[in-house]
Amino acid sequence: MTRNGRRGWPRRRGMDDGAGAVRPGAAAGPVLRAVGLARVYGEDESAIWAVDGIDLDVPAGQMLAVMGPSGCGKSTLLQLLGGLDRPTEGEVWLGGQRIDDLGERALARMRRRCLGFVFQAYHLIDELTAAENVELPALLAGASPRTARHRTAELLDRVGLADRARHLPSQLSGGQRQRIAIARALVNKPLVVLADEPTGNLDSAATLDILRLFGELRAAGQTLVMVTHDERVAATADRVVSLRDGVPADDTALDSDTGTARLGTLLNWEN
Amino acid sequence: MQDVVLALLVKEPLHGYDLRKRLTVALGPLGETLNAGQVYVTLTRLEKAGLVVQVREEAAVRGPKRKVFAPTAAGYERVAAWMAESVGPRADVTEFHLKLVAARESGTADPLALVDARRRELMSSLAEAQRAALAPDAGAEAGLLLEGVALRLRADLRWLEACERVWSGRTPGGKGRGNG
Repeated sequence: MTRNGRRGWPRRRGMDDGAGAVRPGAAAGPVLRAVGLARVYGEDESAIWAVDGIDLDVPAGQMLAVMGPSGCGKSTLLQLLGGLDRPTEGEVWLGGQRIDDLGERALARMRRRCLGFVFQAYHLIDELTAAENVELPALLAGASPRTARHRTAELLDRVGLADRARHLPSQLSGGQRQRIAIARALVNKPLVVLADEPTGNLDSAATLDILRLFGELRAAGQTLVMVTHDERVAATADRVVSLRDGVPADDTALDSDTGTARLGTLLNWEN
Repeated sequence: MQDVVLALLVKEPLHGYDLRKRLTVALGPLGETLNAGQVYVTLTRLEKAGLVVQVREEAAVRGPKRKVFAPTAAGYERVAAWMAESVGPRADVTEFHLKLVAARESGTADPLALVDARRRELMSSLAEAQRAALAPDAGAEAGLLLEGVALRLRADLRWLEACERVWSGRTPGGKGRGNG
């Protein structure tokens, strides 16, 4: 099967390359799909079903937020979707290919080429500069040094940190580190970006920066699945799935065209 | 207040004294904030509006006889409409709490369905606030206002989570591991 999600995103918004438009093949199926997904930890009576039978279709270009209280299984779900953990039951499909039954090496290659990860604690390599951190996964995926360098410069520019390319992570703020981590996640033009509490360590201003960046990715058609416990972050998504005890309790599409009608009521101008 | 009283009468006809006791249970220590005459005033208004009707009188141990009220057909309709209507982004905590209690007592709506509907509404409001905060023309001052609005909505959403846990009779985080 061919992968049908559009790879990558335009350097500038508004370029006439179909950004935000329906892509050829996008209707063929979800870019990411979970079928009857379950993950058990422990055995017998102490067995815990962290994920307890989840069916989920993520269409290309969707920004999906997974919410829920601590221990609801949302991080486990993300790890299963990203091939970082194997399900006890069920299947994970990425770009039309089943990935949960791949061998370790094939799975690692799939992760590197088709997925981008963003973590709460950034997970940057402290000894490498910002640019080197971004470049590394491209080189590991087989890009030429020249291509990797070019792509890195482009991404650093995109996340607004072109002037920090030679800084070490320790010389950057939390928000800047996370933006580097996002650039790194994007370097191989992944089908899907998976983000686990991407703003968990950030203050309000840095959180807005990250959300703005996600908004630009979404406008460029990037599929993004994020796990968050912050309703303000989830509210910027196209769709919010709430997990309870390892199963979806609610699945809501957020209308992005309501303007400020509700806020008008909230601010109560009529009184 | 009228809607709450009406919904409580759907379950069974009651007199003002019993109604007040029910409300006091639902409000707990906050029941003290309820004016003693409020229930009777509300009943009178509902009767005038043709939404309740006196079905009988009960002799009290002391004092005047107690008028027992039941909803009219129009009263039932009003309760159904109240349960179906969205409470609006400004609804306060007490109003929604009493609505959940009344929904359960009267059996006219599923409290969890009301919680779900409310969550969607709040998330949509929050989405508007966040989109506004991310808009290019949101300056520092306006951003501060939007942060206040967003934090308030988040507080409402967290309270709804607690509502959901209690009304669904489930315990929080029974399963799962790690940081979720």
